[in-house]
Amino acid sequence: MTAVLEARGLGKRYGRRWALSDCTLEIPSGHVVGLVGPNGAGKSTLLNLAVGLLAPTTGSLTVLGGVPAEGPTQLGRIGFVAQDTPTFSGLSVADHLELGARLNPGWDRAVAAQRITQLGLDPAQRAGKLSGGQRAQLALTLAVAKRPEFLILDEPVASLDPLARREFLQILMETVAEHGVSVVLSSHLVADLERVCDYLIVIVASRVQIAGPVDELLASHRRLIGARREPGTLPGNQEVIEASHTDRQSTLLIRTDAPILDPAWTVEEIGLEDLVLAYMGQAAAADRGRPATLGVVK
Amino acid sequence: MIWLAWRQFRTQVLVVAGVLAAIAVVLLLTGPHLVSLSDAYLKLCHADRDCGSTTNPVVNTDGTIESGFSDLLLLAPALIGIFWGAPLVARELETGTYRLGWTQSITRRRWLAVKLGVVGLVSVAVAGLLSLMVTWWSSPIDTANANRFGGAMFALRDITPMGYAAFAFALGVTAGVLMRRTLPAMASTLVVFVAARVAETDWVRPYLMPPVRADMALTPGNGIGFSLTPTGLQMVTNPPTIANGWGLSSELVNNSGHAPTTAFLKSACPSIANVAPAGPVVGRARIHVRVAGGPPQQAFQDCIAKVAAKYHEVVTYQPASRFWAFQGIETAIFIALGLLLVGLCFWWVRHRLA
Repeated sequence: MTAVLEARGLGKRYGRRWALSDCTLEIPSGHVVGLVGPNGAGKSTLLNLAVGLLAPTTGSLTVLGGVPAEGPTQLGRIGFVAQDTPTFSGLSVADHLELGARLNPGWDRAVAAQRITQLGLDPAQRAGKLSGGQRAQLALTLAVAKRPEFLILDEPVASLDPLARREFLQILMETVAEHGVSVVLSSHLVADLERVCDYLIVIVASRVQIAGPVDELLASHRRLIGARREPGTLPGNQEVIEASHTDRQSTLLIRTDAPILDPAWTVEEIGLEDLVLAYMGQAAAADRGRPATLGVVK
Repeated sequence: MIWLAWRQFRTQVLVVAGVLAAIAVVLLLTGPHLVSLSDAYLKLCHADRDCGSTTNPVVNTDGTIESGFSDLLLLAPALIGIFWGAPLVARELETGTYRLGWTQSITRRRWLAVKLGVVGLVSVAVAGLLSLMVTWWSSPIDTANANRFGGAMFALRDITPMGYAAFAFALGVTAGVLMRRTLPAMASTLVVFVAARVAETDWVRPYLMPPVRADMALTPGNGIGFSLTPTGLQMVTNPPTIANGWGLSSELVNNSGHAPTTAFLKSACPSIANVAPAGPVVGRARIHVRVAGGPPQQAFQDCIAKVAAKYHEVVTYQPASRFWAFQGIETAIFIALGLLLVGLCFWWVRHRLA
């Protein structure tokens, strides 16, 4: 597995506040990678570092084997849709395509024109008059038509209504299928990513909690429900991610690659959202300084 | 990138071009009249061999247009700094569009260089055009006034407005880059620009070249008065009008270099000296005795004659021949300051906005 992005001990400090600290992660190529984490986890900082809008305070970062924003070539290999999808409000849709064409040697006029037609955007319309969804689509068009090898989207759908959200992700998927680019998109909502991602990275407070292909993650996690027992009594190949207990019953979320043989448990498959929430909860609990396994819900 | 810089800036340039065109029309319509007026007057007074005692009528014609366009030319560099310089980068930082620009296949350095180049050149060109028009239009007036070197006129003619515009523009951009917000950047651009212009005019420009010293006879011209200081009564003189030159200072001394004493002034000019209020003077306060409407004209003439018999004026001034040298130096100073600021912008955008 080759990595399109490799961070080692990456940190970014603003004044006294660390927006990202000691972050080590790899984003594999050929995937649509979802980068999930709560607000303030450092997702946006990481992606802005990846496109060179920010410079790291500590650590190293290579994207497609190069230093971010090192030169026009490196910049041309990466498509970026920034948070809140900024566009020039005084410029028309056609102007945006023109600026894309003039600022990017690899610009694909056919792709850009076709996407605008497909979206039903009026080329003469000023970007300031577009809806949030249309603006996001325009920003995506700019990022895609430069024909990048790696597409980075920073919370692209956060400000969109559910319908625009679905449309945006739909078109993103078509683009990925057509051009075969590696993609990473961040969100604090798993639901946004569930439909489009085939690889997931959960990041909490700059730390990668878990990373892997979505199907493998789903296959290796199970929810166990049964009579109350301490998590410590489980077999060694079952790692407890989240546990909650009532007086008589225990509900455990475990990670294991082996089948679960104990007939005392009712075994359930879990969804991506529950899985991500479990890992975020585990990180939050660890942050508060007490083991997650002793949490009791009455 | 030139296309984008121009596209973002186009509307404003067209508006300003329209304003310049309107100004050109007004000046073209009224300018030739001033030239013919001045020529007719000069012909007459040369025929009478007396051009000194009367005033060329162009000086009092179209005073509204003259002061209006002078004010505009005075304000133009500041407006350029505030409305073109300050928002250039600050607006992009504020609206987030810099993230769009900086992630195209173009380096940040080139992005900034092109924006600075396009808008900066237009700024200097606009100031230059405006100055060219005003300088052309007011040339008959300037010739009649014979003081284009001194004070405000120097800053509102020929090439200095271009230097101010370049500096103001760079100042605006720098303020925007440092503050990242448009409005505070605009406000501080105005404050710093005005401060720099005032400081340069008062403290630097008079000494750009060592002034010329000249001894001149005291004549009952303009600007003679008395002042009461803690050390006694003084006669105050202003530099006489030197054709096209810029008088800086004037001192009344005798052949051994001493100023007239209070006792001498009281004996030479009894009626005037007595008008001066008696009593202690606090601090460095000066009480000017107004000559006009004060003692009778004849007494004043006698006083001047008596003082002039023993004392003369030592005048320092910048001669008219240095006009272009001063224009060049002043413009160069402001362009150099502007370039320093541009260098700071590049460094800041590269290293601090990251």
